[in-house]
Amino acid sequence: LKMTRLSTIAALAALLTGVAAIELTFELPDNANQCFYEEIKSGEDVLFEFQVVTGGQYDVDLTVEDPHGKILYKGQKKQYDSVNFKTDSPGEYKACFSNEFSTFSHKVVYMDWQIGDGNHSGPKGAAAAQAHAQATSTLDTLATSIGDKLRVVDDYQTHHRLREATGRKRAEELNERVLIWSLGQTAVVIIIGILEVCLLRSFFSDKRSRYGGY
Amino acid sequence: IETDKVMVRGVFVLFSLLVGANALYFHIAETEKKCFIEEIPDETMVIGNYKVQLHDPNTNGYADYPSIGMHVEVKDPEEKVILSKLYLSEGRFTFTSHTPGEHTICLYSNSSSWFAGAQLRVHLDIQAGEHTQDYVQIAQKDKLNELQLRIRQLLDQVDQIQKEQNYQRYREERFRQTSESTNQRVLWWSIGQTLVLVATGAWQMRHLKGFFEAKKLV
Repeated sequence: LKMTRLSTIAALAALLTGVAAIELTFELPDNANQCFYEEIKSGEDVLFEFQVVTGGQYDVDLTVEDPHGKILYKGQKKQYDSVNFKTDSPGEYKACFSNEFSTFSHKVVYMDWQIGDGNHSGPKGAAAAQAHAQATSTLDTLATSIGDKLRVVDDYQTHHRLREATGRKRAEELNERVLIWSLGQTAVVIIIGILEVCLLRSFFSDKRSRYGGY
Repeated sequence: IETDKVMVRGVFVLFSLLVGANALYFHIAETEKKCFIEEIPDETMVIGNYKVQLHDPNTNGYADYPSIGMHVEVKDPEEKVILSKLYLSEGRFTFTSHTPGEHTICLYSNSSSWFAGAQLRVHLDIQAGEHTQDYVQIAQKDKLNELQLRIRQLLDQVDQIQKEQNYQRYREERFRQTSESTNQRVLWWSIGQTLVLVATGAWQMRHLKGFFEAKKLV
């Protein structure tokens, strides 16, 4: 009984430390550079995705560097991309977003780190993997694959939501602009109409009529 | 039983350590406010964990400084503040959304200006929806075996997907309403502006005609 309990706990630990993920949506002001750092062990499968939600031409510069400063990815003015790499050294991995090419549009950027266990390393990992293999049954593998597919569904939903947000914000901006510009144009038409009349009247004022016309 | 409890506690501690080690961090200036947006459906719980470290010019590294506090301010989609609290240099904040939409989570330190220019390192982890569930605790409390816990996790995932789909319908409706409103506005304002233009022209003619007749030029 004790062994099964131990294996359950170890398997739980393996299950829960499987994939670490963090997603953040932040605002990147114009002419700004923002860097995010992640402390990752070696041998991990990392998937980094980003998408520009609102702002300007929906583009941003991205640089991903490993702890030794080697550039793993360099993208210029991209709207959406995903970077997949396997870490070979532990340390701080850096992802820098740059909006320095833009003078007045601040951007809202979504980013997503998915750090998965490439291979179980260390004594705890090996024990957990062994315990996990013992406890595996058909149901368990099915449940695991369902879980993985649901995670993919969640990822697609997120990207769909971001694209929809991009469209929706543009539409709201357009709606407001139509109102403001219509009001402005109406005011301009009326003002110019009045100004024209005043100007014409001033051409024919009493002072001038003595000299010009008859 | 005792060794079991110790084992579970050990795993729990190890897990939280691993989560802590995987946390993202970034740098901000002392008086800078950093905001993150979470677009979530209603009745969704969001948990944030953070830790703040101060730049130490002597070692050129970052060290814990317990007297720094962090203000956490959370606004709901209607710009109403739903959480505004001052926490310690390391803390966790939780809130549950009651309306679907974009919630803004803003963090800024409460340090006074005589430290101006110092850099802060903020470790942050924000999780929403089914990622907030603590499965180790749930397994312990409900005494679930591994398969049962997996199924519970799957149920939570599907629940969250369903909530997100529902929220998608609500957003699509809002988008459609905005488009309809734009359509109406373009139509009515175009007609209106044409009428205003014609009316202004007519008024000009009438006014000038009267003016010239008075001046005996016509």
